[in-house]
Order: sequence, then structure tokens, then C-alpha cells
Amino acid sequence: MTDEALEPSRTTYGAGWARWAWRTLTSMRTAVILLTLLAGAAVPGSLLPQRNVATNPGAVPSFYADHPGISPWLDRLSLFDVYASPWFAAIYILLLVSMIGCVLPRCVRLWGECRAEPARTPTRLSRMEHHRELRLESDAEEVLTRTATVLRRRGYRVVREGSEVRAEKGYLREAGNLMFHLSLLVLLVGVAGGKLFGFEGRAALVDGATFTNLRSSYDEYSPAALTRADAFTPFSVTLDKLEAEFELAGPRAGEPREFDAEVTYTLGDGTTGSTSIKPNHPMDVDGTKLFLTGHGYAPAVTVRDGTGETVFSGPVIFLPLENNFTSDGVVKVPNAEPTQLGFEGLFLPTAPTGDGDRSQFPGLIAPRLDLTAYTGDLGMNEGVPQSVYKLERSGLEEVAVGSLRVGETMALPEGAGSITFDGVSRFANFQIAYDPGKEISLVAAIALLIGLTASLVIRRRRLWLRVTKSDHGLTAELAGLSVTRRELPTSDLDHLERELLGLNESPERSMS
Amino acid sequence: MTWARLSDDLVIAAVIIFAIAFCLYAVSLALHSAGKRGKSVTSSATRVGSPSSGGSGTGVNDLPAEPSHGYRLTTRIASVLVVMGFLLNVMAVVARGLAADRAPWGNMYEFAIVGAAAITGAYLAGLRRYPIERLGIWVVGVVLVALGCAVTILYTPVDALIPVLKSYWLAIHVGAAIIAGGAFTVAAVMSVVQLVGRGRNGERDALMERVSYGLIVFAFPIWTFAVIAGAVWAEAAWGRYWGWDPKETWAFITWVFYAAYLHAQSTAGWRGRRAAWFSVLGYLAFLFNFVGVNMWVGGLHSYAGV
Ligand code: HEM
Repeated sequence: MTDEALEPSRTTYGAGWARWAWRTLTSMRTAVILLTLLAGAAVPGSLLPQRNVATNPGAVPSFYADHPGISPWLDRLSLFDVYASPWFAAIYILLLVSMIGCVLPRCVRLWGECRAEPARTPTRLSRMEHHRELRLESDAEEVLTRTATVLRRRGYRVVREGSEVRAEKGYLREAGNLMFHLSLLVLLVGVAGGKLFGFEGRAALVDGATFTNLRSSYDEYSPAALTRADAFTPFSVTLDKLEAEFELAGPRAGEPREFDAEVTYTLGDGTTGSTSIKPNHPMDVDGTKLFLTGHGYAPAVTVRDGTGETVFSGPVIFLPLENNFTSDGVVKVPNAEPTQLGFEGLFLPTAPTGDGDRSQFPGLIAPRLDLTAYTGDLGMNEGVPQSVYKLERSGLEEVAVGSLRVGETMALPEGAGSITFDGVSRFANFQIAYDPGKEISLVAAIALLIGLTASLVIRRRRLWLRVTKSDHGLTAELAGLSVTRRELPTSDLDHLERELLGLNESPERSMS
Repeated sequence: MTWARLSDDLVIAAVIIFAIAFCLYAVSLALHSAGKRGKSVTSSATRVGSPSSGGSGTGVNDLPAEPSHGYRLTTRIASVLVVMGFLLNVMAVVARGLAADRAPWGNMYEFAIVGAAAITGAYLAGLRRYPIERLGIWVVGVVLVALGCAVTILYTPVDALIPVLKSYWLAIHVGAAIIAGGAFTVAAVMSVVQLVGRGRNGERDALMERVSYGLIVFAFPIWTFAVIAGAVWAEAAWGRYWGWDPKETWAFITWVFYAAYLHAQSTAGWRGRRAAWFSVLGYLAFLFNFVGVNMWVGGLHSYAGV
């Protein structure tokens, strides 16, 4: 590590350039520049929508739709994928290489210094920090011994030589600095572990339904590059009851206050039990964690077809559109006779008293289900996967609209059937995550913090004492040097000075 | 009187006290520059006499050799008022915590009043060791802006938290961030003064740099801790410890800028004004995170009552 970028040597041309490049890369100045680049490179990712930063998976497509001209260009520069982009990786990899090149030689030097003696006493102590001279009446031997004892007691490594004492402490500062920088590498290993072997998924569960940890149970599942098929820890979870409470009055009326999923589970070894999952309290099964991230309503309906047969019955998940839980969803009944049936619905947990299709409150006070009914071909036999939340309307004909309260039934024209609004269940959204690098990252982060604190709090410093005899008695010169950026604290020197002046007094006191 | 009401009144009282301190600091600066004009010969003589100190020794000031009695008196009274304002501010925070029955930093209003206390605390800690009272006017100015925004646009009555914020991690993570933020703020004020001065006053610059360096060295590990605690909390709340959410991203940017600052301090030729730029950049990133991200960018970190 050097501060100046050195000129390439002319004699050994290739090797000279290589050495120059390496020195430049591992210089402190490069570290500052690369850190600045890293900070700057992180900025666009927070201002533009990002693909794998999933608060809103639709953000990038909708940005594309709004800015069709510039989006392809931004995309080509990986600006919708900043943190996985080649240029972001280039910066942090260069930074880590530079860091290793900088820190490893220091490791070697520290190892040497740990076994070496404290540095030689400078000839002119008066040039050092906090230089002071004391007139002493005691014996040189006694002064030197006392100094050595005092400094050893204060944690210095001390060498006595002739009429000098030299001392040094704070080696741990360098060790802390190394520990800090190396933990950054370990942290990256931990992060990579999750990015390569983990997975993330989502599943929505209606009251009373059961989730079994299998690939097919996930509504959405995103594995990493090396996620193994046996990453699915066997267990199943049944949602017994989802409770949600909202602020009832005041300026924050409608804000969520409490929500909580009561579940029963069965683990792979057959043990069963029950627990509650709520925000900040996930359920952890051998490293696979279930988080409660959202909730909503699932109106229960019964559909009869033209033959009077019950062809569908049960709760249907409706996705909330806004904070008061106005929600939309669809019901598809492909097995209805004589024609297939489809319904688009809007659900309002607290319908307004007059007209209007916006819920007034997130709680379940006056539920209403607005439906549009379709007959015809749902288009489900073409082999193209369909969203369960959308109707493919091209083969359908709208036949009726209606607005139902709980218990009400809407009959379809021409004897095509009917739909009854039976009641309302709730559903819970679970985020399920498995991140095998997590523990490594945590350990690295703790080591990083300890190392950093040590390197910033501990001050490496040297102290020297030299005694000279003169006509008037003994002169002791004291001085110190801070090896780091921070000033040398005077406390150790003050303490030593007091102890040495104390030597002056004690004989007198014993005489009197 | 309820705790909530008491807290609101204490905030107002603190604003009044800080405003008086601000005026007194302004008066003292006026007295000082009047005194300097009268004694310009002495003052330049002292400056030539003492070479700019980069290393050791107690703080240096660019005051004329004999600061006038009026200057010393007004500065002293102003600083005492700052102590009083600080105490009132802290009491307001405590009362707010008692009223809400939780750590009183769950929305923007509360961040602002706790932040004001942290900034004043950092300034007073600096003042104990270094003669920085001439910068008091800037620090108190920032505090007044924070409290002023708090009582006017950010005010929210005491209320319960949304479920995801109900965690002791709120107290730990946000508390640490605010303490670090107080020190970062004062350091940034010092760095701005240093940069605006364009190196015309070597002694004052050296003092500014020592104080801001000390504050950043204090705050950086705390900020690091706040980021790590945030990651642990994010893991518990959302199932991933780092997701490049805008709030997380700006915390990271802040952290990297301050790391660059610390490196610059150990790089020959970068100490001084260049390093001061990193302190300012780091602070802008920090400020954007607390203000800009909450208001404009959004993400998972949304707080009630922004
Ligand atoms: C990966 C990004 C890096 C981060 C986050 C980082 C962070 C830090 C921090 C916070 C300090 C302050 C400790 C102190 O002042 O004592 C520090 C010190 C130091 N860093 Fe880094 N660093 C990084 C990369 C590098 C690189 C690439 C180099 C070498 C080229 C380097 C060399 C050093 C050295 C030599 C010190 C000690 C400075 C001194 O003795 O005052 N670091 N680093």
C-alpha cells in the first residue's frame, strides 16, 4: 500500500507495468475512488424501478409502458437490474481485490511487528508530541525501573535499554482493522450463499386451508442458480384463523393495528403443534421461514348451473386494491352445464350506504359483492396457463350484473344458473424464504463491527523516556507519538509524570 | 395534563430557548467581527506568530488575542441556553415516549424531535473539548429548522404503531441511526464551514477538521451497527436481510461515503478539503434517506404519518 502511484520502471518493461498497475490498484487513493464509484453506482437503483427488488413486481413493466422511448436504452445499461449488473459487480470486485492487495501485506507486517521490540528512541525527543522535561532528585536506576513498571501496568510493551525506556501499545488497532476488512470478504461469501442456494416464494392461504411445502404449493417461487430440489424441508401448515384489527376512529382510522395468523403445523418427523405467525414473528422450520406479509378477503360463493347442480362452492381469494380493501377477483366454473360460467367481482368489506364502489373501511362491517356474470368459453382447454385472478374474455358474453349482500342470490338469465354470496373468509399471504448463507453473514457482520470499533477506538502510540545526569541532578525527558491519525492522549504521560515526581517527594517525607 | 400534551409544550419551550440562543450567537458574531476590525493588527500578528497546527495541542481559535468582554458574555449565555434547550428537548422526547408507551421514534415528527436532541447533544459534546462556539449559530440553526418542521408540517398526535413497526428492533435500529445522525449533522456543519472558508483560515480549518473527524469516528461504528441491526430486523420482518429497498440502499450509500471519508483521512494529499467533501456527501445521502426517501421514493419502509 502506497499513497503515490509510482512511475512504471523502464528497465523491466512488462513486469514494471504490472507492478505499477498493482501498486496503483492497491493504493489508498484508488480505494477512495472506488468507494466513491460504489456509492454513486448504487444511486440509480433506488430511483428507477428494479426487477429483482420485489416490492412491486409490476413496477418495471409499467415504467416501460410510460416511457417507451428511453426504457430499452436503460435496460441495455442494466439500469433496471443495477445490483446484478456487470458494471456494479466490476466495481465491487475491483474494490475487494484492491482491499486484499492492501490488507494482506499489512497482515504480514503486523505479524512481524507483534514480535518486534518497540521502536527506537528518537535522538531529539523534543520534536515528538507532548515533550516534557522533569528535574528529579532520585537515582537513575530507580526512575527507569519505576517508568517500566508504570507503563507495563498500563498495558505497554516496554524495553529498558541503557538510560532509556521505550514503550508501545495499541497493536490491537491494526488487528481490528484487518479483521474489519477481512470480514467484508466473509460477508460477501454469506451473501453469495443465499443468492446461489436459497429460494423465495409466496403462497396465499384461506382460513382453514393447508399449505404443504412442495414446489407445486407455491403461487410464486423463485429459486437461485444452485438451489437444490431437496431444499424443501417437509412440513405442512394449516391456517386456523386470521385476525386483523384496524384503528376505528381518529385521524388514523383504518390503519392496521394488529394482525395475526393462528396456525397448526405438522413437521417432517410427524410432530404437530400450533403457533401464531405475525409481523416480526415468523415461523422457522429448520431454516425455512414463513412470514405473514399481507392479508385480504375471500368471499365464499355457491354456483349452480343450468341443470340445478352445485358446480362450485367455497371461498375465493380476492386481491386488495387499496388500503380499505376494495378487492377484486374472479370465479371460473368450467364444469357448468350447458355453458361454462365466469364471474368478475369487486368486493367491499364496508360498502358505502349509497352508491359507490369503494370500501369505506378495511374491517368487515357491511360487506357487499358486485358481480358481472359471463357465459360462453372460458378458454381453459387451450393449454395456455391462465391467471386465476383474470378472466380470458374473448370467448365470453356478459349476461348479468348484480350487487349482493351476504345470503343473497343472483339468478342468471335464460336459466343458465345462479350464484349465492354465502359469507366471507379471510386469507393470509405468506412469504416463504430459505437462505443458507444467513448465519455466515451475521457472524461476518458482528466480526466487522468488532473489528471496526477496535480500529477506531484503540490508538496505537509510542512513549519514550530518557534520563541524563547533569550538575543539578537528574533530567528525565518524556515524549510520545501517535502512530494513527488521532492525537496522542496525554493521560499516560501525565500519570507517569506524577509517579516520577512522587519519587522526589518520598525520600523527603521519610526524613521528616 | 397528559404526557402527550406536556411533550408538545416542552417542544415549543425548547424552540423558544433555541431561538434566543440563535439570536445571542448572532449578536456575539457581530461583536466579534466589530472587535476584529478594531484590532486587525493584533489578530493578524497572532496568526503569523502561531504556525497552523495540524497535530497536537489544544484547540485554536481565530479570535483576536483579547476577545471582547461582550463577545465572551453573549457566547457563554447562548451556550448555557443551548444546554437548557437540550434538556427541554430530551424531556419532550421522554414525555412522548411515556405518552405512546414505546420508543418515541415511530414517525417523521418523532424522528425530527429526537434528531434535534441528538444534534444538540453532539454539539455540546464537541463543545466540552473544543472551542467551537462560533459555529453554534449554524448548529442551532439546523436544530431550529428540524424542530420548526416538526411542529408545523410533520406534527402527528401520539398514536399506536402499524404492526410491522411493533418490535424492539425499532428502538435499537432507529435509535442508533438517530444518534449517529446527530453526530453526522454537526460534522457536516463543520465541514461546510471549512469548505466555504476556502482555506483562508488555516487554524480554524484545522480545528473544524479535528472536530468533524472525531465526530465521524464516533458515529461511523454506530451507523454500521444501525445498518446491521436494520438487516437483522428486515430478516425477521420480511424474510430477507438485504433487499436493496430504497431505504436500505441509501443507508448503504451513506455508509460507503463515510468509509471513503475515513480512507481519505489516511491518504496523503486528500486530508483537509477533499476529505471534507466526503463528509458533506455522506451527510447529503443520510439526509436524503430520512427526508427524500420517505417523501418521494417509497418502498417497504413506509411510516405512519409522513
Ligand atoms: C470494500 C470496501 C472498504 C471499506 C468499506 C473500508 C472501510 C474502512 C474503514 C471504515 C476504515 C477506517 C478505520 C480507520 O480509520 O482506522 C478503513 C481503514 C483502512 N482501509 Fe479500508 N475499506 C475498504 C477497502 C479498502 C481498500 C480497497 C484498501 C486498500 C487499498 C483499504 C485500506 C485501508 C487501510 C490501509 C486502512 C487503515 C487506515 C489507517 O491506518 O488510518 N481499505 N477502511
